[in-house]
Amino acid sequence: MKNYQNIFTAIQVQGPPGQGIPLPRGDEARIGEGKLNYWIGKFGNAQIGPLYLGTLGLISLVTFLIAFNIIGLNYLAQVGWDPVQFVRQLFWLSLDPPAEKYGLQVLPPLQEGGWYMITGFFLTVSVLTWWLRTYRRAKSLGLGMHIPIAFASAIFLFLVLGFIRPLLMGSWSHGVPYGVFSHLDWTNNFSLIYGNLFYNPFHALSIAFLYGSALLFAMHGATILAVTRYGGEREIEQITTRGTASERAALFWRWTMGFNATMESIHRWAWWFAMLTTLTGGIGILLTGTVVDDWSAWAIKHGVLHESGTNIR
Amino acid sequence: MALLSFERKYRVRGGTLLGGDLFDFWAGPFYVGFFGVLTIFFATLGTALIIYGAALGPTWNIWQISINPPSDEYGLGLAPMAEGGLWQIITFCATFAFISWALREVEICRKLGMGYHVPVAFSFAILAFVSLNIFRPILMYIKDGGDSGWSHGFPYGIYSHLEWVNNVGYAYGNFHYNPAHMIAITFFFTTTLALALHGGLVLSSTNPGAGQEVKTPEHEDTYFRDFIGYSVGTLGIHRVGLFLALSAVFWSAVCIIISGPFWEDAWSDWWTWWLELPVFPQDDLVREIGDLPYLDE
Repeated sequence: MKNYQNIFTAIQVQGPPGQGIPLPRGDEARIGEGKLNYWIGKFGNAQIGPLYLGTLGLISLVTFLIAFNIIGLNYLAQVGWDPVQFVRQLFWLSLDPPAEKYGLQVLPPLQEGGWYMITGFFLTVSVLTWWLRTYRRAKSLGLGMHIPIAFASAIFLFLVLGFIRPLLMGSWSHGVPYGVFSHLDWTNNFSLIYGNLFYNPFHALSIAFLYGSALLFAMHGATILAVTRYGGEREIEQITTRGTASERAALFWRWTMGFNATMESIHRWAWWFAMLTTLTGGIGILLTGTVVDDWSAWAIKHGVLHESGTNIR
Repeated sequence: MALLSFERKYRVRGGTLLGGDLFDFWAGPFYVGFFGVLTIFFATLGTALIIYGAALGPTWNIWQISINPPSDEYGLGLAPMAEGGLWQIITFCATFAFISWALREVEICRKLGMGYHVPVAFSFAILAFVSLNIFRPILMYIKDGGDSGWSHGFPYGIYSHLEWVNNVGYAYGNFHYNPAHMIAITFFFTTTLALALHGGLVLSSTNPGAGQEVKTPEHEDTYFRDFIGYSVGTLGIHRVGLFLALSAVFWSAVCIIISGPFWEDAWSDWWTWWLELPVFPQDDLVREIGDLPYLDE
């Protein structure tokens, strides 16, 4: 049985690094020739690079670095430009949104949320150009739009948190602060203010899809590794021409739980679960404070939570 | 009906761990085996007791039904049925049903000539359940000198188990500050990101649009090298996924087992060791934990 327990890659074939599928006219040149790393090859492909940067990638990278540096410089200014305290208090420091009184003013004074707004602008540009990049790279290779669509779902959550919901609430102060501990405080506070987010059904759905995603990836990753002896990792070939790897993988789950996916449909399950995590999460945030003020009260009204305020009776 | 077109040739004898050929048969699509019989026994008994518990309880509202653990006074002892005894037997049944299910998976792996990756992965989930409802109650019993025990388990109910998570979270201040919880959440989010990318990549290669040819793993590798400079590959991505998912479960188990037995204060206080490292001058903090001044009117 030992030969069936695929853990690390035992034998590596070394050849010249692949230069990738040729790109259509109009695309820029790739950066680098690609290098092989033996230890990375133990786990996945040994080859690192080449990379396609392109104009969009460059814009995305630069705007991200601007946002990142504004945050870092604000932290430094907060600790009086003391690098030791910067390191000591790094997790505690925060670039906060403008105060409630500034409403939807686009640029409040820099020290009172102005830098936060500028950071948000550059971060949003960075994320949106990165999305265009997922789209353009897929187009150039003739691939479907599945990754751009899934990424759009994550961007929806990002925009709900930092843009759409603050807009509906009438103040940028409802955005999430840029800080390690401060964004945790924001999350905690958000739940407390709106009557416990556990009673928000979209929050529940989002968590179910999040845990479901971990469950699916554990099941799928483990199943494919278990049938690699039969070439199971060659999923595209297994989808177009079913082989014994697919048959065994399917039968494993059919015999275990009475139901099986196919080599193609498991990836549909995966894509939907992952994509719905941020989509339902975004809907849950969007409804909070705008449509529903108190999720516990909502839960009592709809019979989900007992009127005593607890179901542990 | 129950048999797939290619299934017949795979339905062969052998591979069992226990019971020889006695339980080596299928029921519809399900493989049975000795551990299948055990699973059915424990799962049926456990489910029946949940329904019995619901009948004893105050409501049939599916969202509000809750089978609660015993109160503190029972320690690690047996409680009367209506006062947590049912919860104890259900926990016992669940644990044995899960373990039987894992061993049944091992038998199916052996039958199909597959690696043991799935039952090994499932054992992490079992570990998480057992950590929550058996290991932690035992550790709390020891820590409290016998003044609590099973009472620390979570109740079996759709919304009541969320309430337990809420209550235990606030018992340690803001649970987001639990370092193991941070690691677990990071792994959960990363798993979901990786799953979206993997599912999306395979679907985009095999569904490139009407009239277009199905693409190859070379296209997949090229996409990710163009995109982020590295493609882990068709084999590697399944290692990545399995590692991320199991890490999420493992650190979840760690984050709850350390809460109480090894740390009883607010988790935000745990971080003071960093602030108080002797290399740092002890200046006042610029921002205190929980400080959200911009939200004050």
